[in-house]
Amino acid sequence: MSEAAALPRVSPQPAVATEGRPVRWVLTALAIGFLALFLVLPLITVFAQAFAKGWDAYRAAFDEPDARSAIRLTLTVAAIAVPFNLVFGVAASWAIAKFEFVGKNLLVTLIDLPFSVSPVVSGLIYVLLFGAQGLLGPWLLANDIQIIFALPGIVLATIFVTFPFVARQLIPLMQEQGNAEEEAALTLGASGWHVFRTVTLPNIRWALLYSVLLCNARAMGEFGAVAVVSGHIRGLTNTIPLHVEILYNEYNFVASFAVASVLASLALVTLVIKSGLEWRYSDELAAGARRH
Amino acid sequence: MPEPLRPRRRLMQPSVIPGFGLAFGYMLTCLGLIVLLPLAALVARASGLGLSGIWEVATDPRVAAALKVSFGISILAALTASTFGFLVAWVLTRYDFPGRRVVDAVVDLPFALPTAVAGIALASLYAPNGLVGAQLAKLGIQAAYTPLGIYIAMVFIGLPFAVRTVQPLIVEIDREIEEASATLGADRLHTLTRVILPPLIPAVLTGFALAFARGVGEYGSIIFIAGNLPYVSEIAPLLIVIKLSEFDYKGACAIAVIMLAISFATLLAINLIQAWSRRRFGYV
Amino acid sequence: MIPFNDRTGRRARAVLATCLLAATLGAGQARAQTELLNVSYDPTRELYKELNAAFVEDWKAKTGETITVRVSHGGSGSQARTVIDGVPADVVTLGIPSDIDAIARISKKIPEDWRAKLPNAGLPYVSTVVFLVRKGNPKGIKDWGDLVKPDVAVITPNPKTSAGGRWNFLAAWGYAYERDGKSAEKANAFVGQLYKQVPVLDTGARGSTVTFAQRGLGDVLPTWENEAYLVFEEFGRDKFDVVVPPTSIYAEPPVALVDANVDKKGTRKAAEAYLQFLYSDRAQALFAKHRYRPSRPEAARKEDLAFLPEVKLFKIEDLQGSWDDIQKRNFDSGGLFDQLSKAPGR
Repeated sequence: MSEAAALPRVSPQPAVATEGRPVRWVLTALAIGFLALFLVLPLITVFAQAFAKGWDAYRAAFDEPDARSAIRLTLTVAAIAVPFNLVFGVAASWAIAKFEFVGKNLLVTLIDLPFSVSPVVSGLIYVLLFGAQGLLGPWLLANDIQIIFALPGIVLATIFVTFPFVARQLIPLMQEQGNAEEEAALTLGASGWHVFRTVTLPNIRWALLYSVLLCNARAMGEFGAVAVVSGHIRGLTNTIPLHVEILYNEYNFVASFAVASVLASLALVTLVIKSGLEWRYSDELAAGARRH
Repeated sequence: MPEPLRPRRRLMQPSVIPGFGLAFGYMLTCLGLIVLLPLAALVARASGLGLSGIWEVATDPRVAAALKVSFGISILAALTASTFGFLVAWVLTRYDFPGRRVVDAVVDLPFALPTAVAGIALASLYAPNGLVGAQLAKLGIQAAYTPLGIYIAMVFIGLPFAVRTVQPLIVEIDREIEEASATLGADRLHTLTRVILPPLIPAVLTGFALAFARGVGEYGSIIFIAGNLPYVSEIAPLLIVIKLSEFDYKGACAIAVIMLAISFATLLAINLIQAWSRRRFGYV
Repeated sequence: MIPFNDRTGRRARAVLATCLLAATLGAGQARAQTELLNVSYDPTRELYKELNAAFVEDWKAKTGETITVRVSHGGSGSQARTVIDGVPADVVTLGIPSDIDAIARISKKIPEDWRAKLPNAGLPYVSTVVFLVRKGNPKGIKDWGDLVKPDVAVITPNPKTSAGGRWNFLAAWGYAYERDGKSAEKANAFVGQLYKQVPVLDTGARGSTVTFAQRGLGDVLPTWENEAYLVFEEFGRDKFDVVVPPTSIYAEPPVALVDANVDKKGTRKAAEAYLQFLYSDRAQALFAKHRYRPSRPEAARKEDLAFLPEVKLFKIEDLQGSWDDIQKRNFDSGGLFDQLSKAPGR
């Protein structure tokens, strides 16, 4: 997971505690070259391919009703999944950071689990649970409830893959901030809800925003898990990343990269806001610099 | 005054902070419904096979080959990501150069860029008629649609993990130790390998494990650039999808459970590294 | 302000759980006017785009109702799997009969005798496999035998997931079987050699086309006839040539009604009309236009039919028996394809 640590200023160093100028130069060039080749070039490719046939061809990709419905679906999914994980993350970090109880480490590990589960497995588990051949399949069928290959399944898979984002960001921060402020407010007679709103929330708001940002980026961009539960019904269950794949497989490369460029722009905006937050509020984002 | 929470007999320490019941209950409900129940469905499905059944699937030559491809390449890619990740983290924290902040932001690109977008971009870049692929082709190297393509995609997605785990620790290094080492007559290389590197090893290992875990499970960015050729460039997650298309739920579940076990093992390894680091160096 | 305690906590939990459930249920039932879902295989995207528009028009003229036809495309096997797992498909139009058999066998949503429900055994059109080669045919590929020439790289999709991939596999097998005095052993060896010369095995016919046409890999793409002409026209006649081999396979992409789904959704009438429409003059002409071989060629335009030359087509059932046997023998776990790819020849 990403860490919210601001980049500190490089302090002037005595010559003995740094490398020689040529070495520094070579290492810097190597690092930048590596990043340019592996990270920046693919990003440029997306935009270059999207505009390969000019602005009109680019625009045309968004006149397709299927593209619009994909955008609508992705926005809907994110609008459900992100607030869900926000509430979950706050509740989880409140329970875990503010209280001492047995089995806490296990809980944190379980919350972390979706991070290391392959996206394909994340989709598969919902098929096994809700699919017609799955555990609950016959019951759902009898009651005429469609979960996978419909909005609920896509939302569930998205929630699963973005599950730890908010909690993981908030838990260490709230742990470091401790309970002293809340306890003081309670002693002064404030109610629990009031304390949360006026004491805790302001302390974690930037970290909250930060984690929601990353959660949203992942929610809108998830491919593997959603691909397994979507059913690929055009105009109905195709999200933006799936629509990108479809266009790509229709030899419609310009449109494919055009739609992909929307997601790439979202990624860029995310990075810009994220860097801004890190730069401005680094102290309020992370619990110390030393943490994983 | 809110009423104090009833102490839960040593399972929980008493606290004046309210809301434990609500927060804990909500957390557990969500965790149970969204994560544990579906994972249990998978395990239940796979347990029908028994360990011997899972072993049978795992040793099927094609599955074994796919697991080997996924594991082998993600280890190589995680090694590369760790090495260059360390370099990038070092350069970013130690050297001042124009555009340093932008470069720092770029590191997180693979976090933010959807995997499918990365996949089609990498595929068109490294294909024999792509920008980079054409240059490689002149050297007689084919990147896209070979294991090398998988490696490239895995390095792409693993890099930020490697950078972001070591970077905060490099920031924290006490400069005076380096100076002391230099004053005592150690040359720079000696200081680096003997004084600076050892305390960073746990972080490097953690970054390696995270990059590895992400690489093993990755799907979206790889399928576009891998050749998907059985025994050569077919990854385990793709094989799950293929097994599903063949109506072979048994096989799909068995591979998924194996991958799940790997995820658990990796998480466990990370926890062990951090516990060891806490004992050895006093911090994580 | 109500302070949080255990009791309110419990109540809030109950409320939240109810909301969550309600949201899930509500979203699942949002369904409005008549809507048909056609779950189809990979290369029919362009075809059904036009065909569905024609059906919507026809339905409007006949009944005055507005109907929406949705489609989903993917590898034929993957598509069958999603129907088995619960995609509410009204009709399936897949690439190979065994995929519909699988839906019938595993999910029971289609009767086992689905072939008998529609004209021509559920085949409104058939197709075959031809070769797409680089312009000028530099490797001189004329027939199936040329695919195993030492320096020829063949691009074909994975027969496990793709119907087109299975037809290619069966076509190559059938060719060698007939050529080498009806020896199954020699035919197996021929197919084995062919797959050793495949550098990329995509999951669907479309993936293979992209690999061959856009990414420039391989010398020959054995593919659906319609797909070959589509690439030929989309990517430019100056880059590729279509080579029609003297013999090839009679490829059967069948259609069927998903009985269990249409009865549940109450869409039987429209779904049946949709399938009947596929046999109408208008649809038959559209098949030919998209380079499929209509079951009633008399309904198609002459200039479209000119693109579909006489080829000696063999039926794989005549060589290998029933579809159950064909599927088991070649593509199921441990079948011929698995055995052949066990010895990686690279």
